[in-house]
Parts: sequence; structure tokens; C-alpha cells
Amino acid sequence: MNPNLTYVLVVGVLFAAGVTLLLERSLTRVLMGVILLGNGANLLLLTGGRAGGPPIVGTTAEEEMSDPLPQAMVLTAIVITLGMTAFLLALAYRSWHLNGHDEVQDDVEDRRIMELADRDEGPGTADTDTGDGDSTGAPARDRTASVAGDAGRAG
Amino acid sequence: MTWLVPLPVVMPLLGAALTLLLVGRPRAQRWVSLTVLTATVAVAATLLFRSSVDGPLVVEVGGWVAPLGIVLVADQLAALMLVVSAAVTLCVLVYSIGQGTADGNEETPLSVYHPTYLVLTAGVCNAFLSGDLFNLYVGFEILLVASYVLLTLGSTETRIRAGTTYVVVSLLSSLIFLVAIGLVYAATGTLNLAQLVDRLDALPDDLRLVLQGMLLLAFGIKAAVFPLSAWLPDSYPTAPAPVTAVFAGLLTKVGVYAIIRTETLLFPGGRTADLLLVVAALTMVVGILGAVAQSDVKRLLSFTLISHIGYMLFGVGLSTALGLSAAIFYVVHHITIQTTLFLAAGLVERRGGSTALDRLGGLARLSPLLAVLFFLPALNLAGIPPFSGFLGKLGLVQAGVADGSPLAWTLVVGGLLTSLLTLYAIARVWNLAFWRAPHPDMPGVGDTARTATGDTARAARPGPGGTAQVARAAGGTAPAADAGPGSTVPAAHGGGTAVAARVDGAEQPDRGPDPEASGVVLPRLMIGSTAALVALGLALTVVAGPLFDVSTDVAEDLLRRTPYVEAVFPDGAP
Repeated sequence: MNPNLTYVLVVGVLFAAGVTLLLERSLTRVLMGVILLGNGANLLLLTGGRAGGPPIVGTTAEEEMSDPLPQAMVLTAIVITLGMTAFLLALAYRSWHLNGHDEVQDDVEDRRIMELADRDEGPGTADTDTGDGDSTGAPARDRTASVAGDAGRAG
Repeated sequence: MTWLVPLPVVMPLLGAALTLLLVGRPRAQRWVSLTVLTATVAVAATLLFRSSVDGPLVVEVGGWVAPLGIVLVADQLAALMLVVSAAVTLCVLVYSIGQGTADGNEETPLSVYHPTYLVLTAGVCNAFLSGDLFNLYVGFEILLVASYVLLTLGSTETRIRAGTTYVVVSLLSSLIFLVAIGLVYAATGTLNLAQLVDRLDALPDDLRLVLQGMLLLAFGIKAAVFPLSAWLPDSYPTAPAPVTAVFAGLLTKVGVYAIIRTETLLFPGGRTADLLLVVAALTMVVGILGAVAQSDVKRLLSFTLISHIGYMLFGVGLSTALGLSAAIFYVVHHITIQTTLFLAAGLVERRGGSTALDRLGGLARLSPLLAVLFFLPALNLAGIPPFSGFLGKLGLVQAGVADGSPLAWTLVVGGLLTSLLTLYAIARVWNLAFWRAPHPDMPGVGDTARTATGDTARAARPGPGGTAQVARAAGGTAPAADAGPGSTVPAAHGGGTAVAARVDGAEQPDRGPDPEASGVVLPRLMIGSTAALVALGLALTVVAGPLFDVSTDVAEDLLRRTPYVEAVFPDGAP
């Protein structure tokens, strides 16, 4: 079986564009990346099967039929991608609703560690360090407290 | 008996539909979920028994003959995983029901919890039973989509933040899996696992290695193997305790199961064995070093979860019967123990008002039962002798020593080191949260009994002695003076607005919340379900002998490959 070169190139371009968008900060762009990647994967699945006439007995000779299985799989994959797109959109909307933007944020702890690292490198005595710690550490700790509150409520 | 095979998938799905219809009638929802999951446990146990007697049970879904249609295969490995996961999901369901009842939020927005939870169970069961690569993908998607919803329940800011990372990473792994499926199909023309056995063997080695690498990458992300594990500790701890527990117990193990299945059935011969072993060592050591650095119980447990995935990969990477058998035993052990620990962490959070180690203390005195419920699985996880964790690690070490290569010896050393560091991490939790003096912020501590009713407002209420507590001045910097007969309390309660002084708490004593909701008294259902899981973990120790026999059987069948293929194609693979 010889795969169609056009398909292969299109799949490559879709993947490249998808990965580029996936690395963005904005969730909407990430979503676009996911859609492109999903389409690329679907096309790749489709390329894996034999091309030909409609696979219906009576209309096409058996050796000229296309392979129906990849098409069935692509249908399933399209449905799944659709659902995920809707969910990601909802996430992005909710994030915008809560924060005024839809940027994917760093983990609280990662940020805290980065702050610690900044403080270690920055100039200053031990006294100013502890002063900084109280002022910069407070929002991070408050976030942790709200995490605890969430977990307590749910279930 | 083959009609039993699809039931673990079908029953939860039907149950999910039913509970969705019953939105607004929480009591009925709870009974449906409980019935369905209990039945699933029973079916899974029957399947395990039948498959060990009669060999793998196979169902051709919809009556389509094997290579054309999808097959569900319940061999011993799948049935064993089903039994453990069904039992664990049932216990966690009871726990979450207990938590919901105690919080009095049965009506509020979590009516979607039960349907989603059942869909998650269906997805997990489908992944275990699937005899077809694409159906495995569908199983993964079902459980992942359910997990997205569960992780972002209530859609608060932290959960949206954590959920975003989780969803995007999971989507990426699913896409990689899908691409791998496309490549496998293009190369072989089939996706039926049993049929793939011969067809993959016939492929050139380079091509097989590419396919194997793609599948390993996809499953590695799902199983949270070291370089691909960074998403896990960021996302899991933000979810509600029962959700985190069931994720920790099951989701990563589905990934491990998929790795075991594909490595043994589709790609035997261990071409990636060295890679797996190196990755296993890194996962163990880096994971546990992460745990040691944590100051929050849930995050710490998330890191031990990653770390102990390394043990399972160790066994798989050895690709000997001894190693595989120990790995399978370890999977069973770890599903139970890690779930138990997360449930116990949920109880700690309830009792102590937090999971941050610097805000906890004295739990052993305040709640001895909780201390026992945490202590036993914690020792079990670390691998203290009589427990199953020790036996699993011992099996792996034996397998490593029997292998004898320098890499295997490195793994043995790494495994022992990890075990020791796990003990250290767990001992730290024990010392800080359970042994030292209670933290004044915790509810029910002497006269400073207070409860967190929200993120900002904390209502003061009378202590057990009836002495109403005098309001404390709590601002960003103002020291809080405690006028009660107890000691003076340092003003370190979070600062800012976290502690709002409430005078009316003293004036209206009957406005105090009931003890279960405040966490001073732990709800019986939550304690009971956690205790049941602790008992299950201990029972694994008692039945370790027979369980090792089963896992050795499973491992030998996996390595021979023929039982699986012959069960699907009794007349030989087409």
C-alpha cells in the first residue's frame, strides 16, 4: 500500500502547527492546537487504510473497496475531539470569568519555589528576607487555604 | 459464563444514565450507585474465579466475529485488576457519600457526581477488559473525560487552574495514543490484540521499535512515569479527597496495566527493557525526593504515588516471570494502599482543617482512630516487614537479584533507597501531624475550637467546657490575644483576612455548627470506608501467598502469550 504523499504532508503541517499552538500560554490557542493535532491524527488514521470505492457489497468490486475500519475509527475520534473541544472551551470561559484571562497559570508551588529562588539570589540581609517572606508568602498561603476549603465542601 | 464479561462496563454505564435521570433525588442516586458498584465487585470476583479455572473468557461484542468486531477479554490479569479496582471504587463511593451527608450538601451542584463517578468506573473496566487497541483508547477516553469533570467539580479558581494542566496533558497523551494506533493499523491492518501478536512479530525490528516507543510514550504519560510525571502533583491534590483517592488508586494503574499488556503481549523480547529499567529507577528516586521536599500531606502522597510507579516498571522491565509477578502483586497492593492513604489524608483535612503540615499537630491525641487509619497504610506503603508492601518489594528485589545484571542491581539499590526515603517522608508526616502539640488553628483544640466555614470567615464558637471564647483581634499584623483559660496563641493564622474575628460567636452560642460538619467528630461512613480499605490492605498481607500464586500464574501466561491468543482465536489467528 502506498500512502498518498499529499496526506502525509498535510498531516505533518497540521502536527507542526498544532504543537506550536499547544506551547502557547493562552488556553484558546492551546485549544486551537489541540483541534489541529486532532485533525492531523484523524487524517493519519485515514491514511492508514486503503483508498477506493464505497465499501458496500454490490456497488464496488471487493478488491476496489476502501478500508472502512479507519473511517469508523476516525468518526469515533472526531466525536471525542468534539467533546473535548467543548470541555476546553468551557474551561477557558470559566478561567476568563474568574481571572479575566484564559492563560494557563503556573502551579502555586512552582511559583512559591521561584519566589524562594529569587529571594535567595537577591541582595539583602536575613531580616529583610523574613520580611519579604511574610508579604510574598501570604497570597500563596491564602491560595492553599482556599484549596483546603474546596476539598472540604465537595464530595 | 461469558455473558458476565461485558457487565463491569455495561452496568456502570446504565447506572450512570439512571443516576442522571435521578438528578435532584440524591438518596435514590446513592442507592443506584451503591447497588451498581456492589454488583460490579461481585461480577469481577466471579470473573477472576472463572478465568483462573477455565482460562480467559472472551466475548465478541455485538456478535461480530473476532478480527472484525471488538472483543472483550477477561483473562486473569484483567479480572484481578477488575476486582481490586471495583472494590476500591466501592469503598471510595461510600466515603464520598459519608462526606456529602456530613457536609449537608446533598442537594447542591454535585448532582453530577454520581453519574460521572460511574462513567469513570465504566471507563476503567473497559480499559482492563479490552482486547482491541482502539477499544482500549475508547476506554481511556471514557475514564479521562469523567476524570476531567471530577477534577474540576465546582469549578473554583484553583481547580480550573489545576484542571487546565491536567486536561491539556491528558489530551496530548491521548493524541499520541491515537497516532500510535493509526501507525499500528497502517503497518499491520488490524487492531485486535490477539491478531496483532503474529502480525507485529512479522514486522521489521525498526518499525516495531517505533510503534512500541509511541505506545510507551502515550501510556507513560498516563502512568506518570518520571520525565512525564510533572502534571500529577500539580493537579491531583486540588480535587476533593475521594476524587483524588480514586484517581491515585486507579488512573495511573490503568496506564501501568496498558504498559504490562502491550510489553508482554505485543512487544516481547525486551528491546526497551533497559530503557524501562532506567526510567523506573529515575521515577522511584526523583519521585520520592519530591515527596521528601513537600510540606502538604496530599502533595507528599502524590509524589509517593509517582515514586512507587517506578517499582511496577522495575518488575515489567525485568521481563522475567518473577519480575512480572512481583510487579502485578505490587500493582494490587499499591492501588489499595495509595487510595487508603488519600482517604486518610481527607480525614486529616477534615479533622485538622488543613493538609499543610505546618498547620497540623496532635492528631494522634485528638483522634486516635484516625491515627491508626493513617499509620497502618503508611507503614504498609513504606514496606515495613509484615505488610504487603514489604512482600511486594521483596519479590521485586528477589527478581532483580535473580536477573543479576548491573542495571538490575542498581534498581535493587534504588528500590531499597526509595523504600527508606518513603519511610522518612511518612515519618515526617507522622511526627508533624500526629505527634507534636496540636496547632491552635485546628478545630476542636481546647478553647480555641473554631471552624472554617469558608475561605475567609471563621466563626468562633464555645469550647467544650462551655466557656465562650472572647473575640480575638486578628488583622494582618496584630497579635491575637486569647482570653480563654488556655495558653496564648501566636498570631500566625494565615494573616490578612484569613481570620476574621467574630464577636457574635460568643453572643449566640447556638449558632455553632454541628460537630460532624465542623470535622471535630469524623462521620462514621467516612471512617468506616477508610477502615474497610485499611482492612483490605492488611488482608492482602494475609492472603499474600495465594495472591503471589495467582500473580505468578498471570505472569507465566503473559510471557507465554499463547493462552490469550488461543482464547480469542480457538482455531488459530487469521
